[in-house]
Amino acid sequence: MASATSSDTFPQMGSLGEVHVSAERRLPDAPVNPVMETRDLNVFYGDFHAVHDVNLAYGRHEITAMIGPSGCGKSTVLRCLNRMNDLVAGAHVEGEVLYHGQDIYQKNVDPIAVRTQIGMVFQKPNPFPKSIYDNIAYGPRVTGMKVDNMDDLVEEALRGAALWDEVKDKLKQSAYGLSGGQQQRLCIARTIATKPDVILMDEPCSALDPIATARVEDLMLELRNEYTIIVVTHNMQQAARVSDRTAFFTARPDETTGNRTGLLVEYDLTSTIFSNPNDKRTEDYISGRFG
Amino acid sequence: MSSNNTAGAGPSLGAGLPGASVNLGRKPRPGETAIKAVLFVSAMLSVAITVGILVALVEPVIHFFAEVPFGDFFSFDEGQRFAVFPLITATLMTTAIALMVSVPLGLGAAMYLSEYASRRARKYLKPTVELLAGVPSVVYGFFAVMFVTPTLLQDILGLGVGFTNALAAGLVLGVMIIPTIASLAEDAFSAVPQALRQGSYAMGANRMQTTLRVVLPAALSGVAAAIVLGLSRAVGETMIVALAAGSQKNFSLNPLEGMQTMTGFMATTAGGENPVGSTSYNTLFAVGLTLFVITFVINMVSIALVRRYRQAY
Repeated sequence: MASATSSDTFPQMGSLGEVHVSAERRLPDAPVNPVMETRDLNVFYGDFHAVHDVNLAYGRHEITAMIGPSGCGKSTVLRCLNRMNDLVAGAHVEGEVLYHGQDIYQKNVDPIAVRTQIGMVFQKPNPFPKSIYDNIAYGPRVTGMKVDNMDDLVEEALRGAALWDEVKDKLKQSAYGLSGGQQQRLCIARTIATKPDVILMDEPCSALDPIATARVEDLMLELRNEYTIIVVTHNMQQAARVSDRTAFFTARPDETTGNRTGLLVEYDLTSTIFSNPNDKRTEDYISGRFG
Repeated sequence: MSSNNTAGAGPSLGAGLPGASVNLGRKPRPGETAIKAVLFVSAMLSVAITVGILVALVEPVIHFFAEVPFGDFFSFDEGQRFAVFPLITATLMTTAIALMVSVPLGLGAAMYLSEYASRRARKYLKPTVELLAGVPSVVYGFFAVMFVTPTLLQDILGLGVGFTNALAAGLVLGVMIIPTIASLAEDAFSAVPQALRQGSYAMGANRMQTTLRVVLPAALSGVAAAIVLGLSRAVGETMIVALAAGSQKNFSLNPLEGMQTMTGFMATTAGGENPVGSTSYNTLFAVGLTLFVITFVINMVSIALVRRYRQAY
């Protein structure tokens, strides 16, 4: 049992002076009553072993970042969390993915029901070629949500994504008229319109400029109060700025085939990962010696 | 006159600079010029042929209307020798039946191939569907006359249809254009970015909702192009209607009756017994021009409709 007192104070950011943790939060060493958990998760694409034995717990109202070099399997793990890997031909998952203790890969689980609880924001903004209004209303309509007043729901979602003031006069215009950063916030608004429990974000800022990135990061910190957020990012500063916990993945080449299998190296409070990592590979990666 | 200001790349230009000895002057490229000329001619040739057809079409029509009053041509009277409206209604009838068959089946096939079928199933099914497009239309015509009318319509469905009827012709026309619509619409569906489907699934949509509410609207312009092309083929198809729909002018909205379509009329009239320049011969062109105008209008209307409703990605 880890003692609670040792984790009450964040260690100071010693050697990495340029990395800042956004907000001082007091969190236990490991998530208590995690919203989601992976147990011995292995993912295969055909014969290719993409991810090996990932054990992770994602805490409620926390932002968990998954970082690591390209090909380390972090996006693959993310896509298992709402069964988006089902859409990839030949994908095969072993182990358990628990959502409130229920394995979402059980036969009797409906992936569509899973996705209404666990929403997703993608790397490249992908609004539908519809109006801004219809983009937001799409989720509630297709999932058959009981909505008293769609206009109110659309406004609430857009306000939640800090986009309302920019688009309130052009709700009926195409979403494709928005800038990239606005489109990504629209995609976040679209996701929160279905009132999910967890929001998965797959490198949500990698296609955005620094200003748009900062706005999305601010938004993530706000959304943390109501949602559980799991984010994959290439950007270590982003992980350090927004996340409460960080999981570092790397890729290990197979000795015979040369295929690279992703695995989890270290998972801890973000402050620990960035100041005092346990594993040499984590330290090398975050200090820029590798990857 | 300042010599170092000219565009020509003389050796004296900027002599002191690094790379000054490189010749940047224009070189003649005769091959480029020749290819450009060939490509220009091929582009202009198709335009010229279209214009030529139009002129060849219009000229006899002018002669035709010098001899036949407008009222005789634009007449619904099927007994009237030059009446065009019975032909138009017959064409619209067979085309409408064809679309009722081919649009649901063609779009259904396209949706299945693009959104539902496994990679393996698609690999075998798509070429099979496209194979249908290679069947000669005279074979379809015989299929209509020898099988659809006597066996399907008369024996199985027990309909009181004659040897020639618009229903059989329309049904077989529809079968003929299924592969056109299916193949082109499948291309349009497949061109919709995967990111849109993923976005839809991530919102908790099922496959049908994703297909109908995201993929179909996004692919609408391609789908409309597929339908319009199928429609144009149905309007212009001659062999099937000449064999199966009949060669008797009949102003009727009953698909169980035989009726002569515009193309069917032209095939019959062009049979050879009408001397060049005669009024009957010129009728051919009057009907042909009408057909041309109809397809042109259909094209324009559908383009306008697509512009209005499409959801460009």
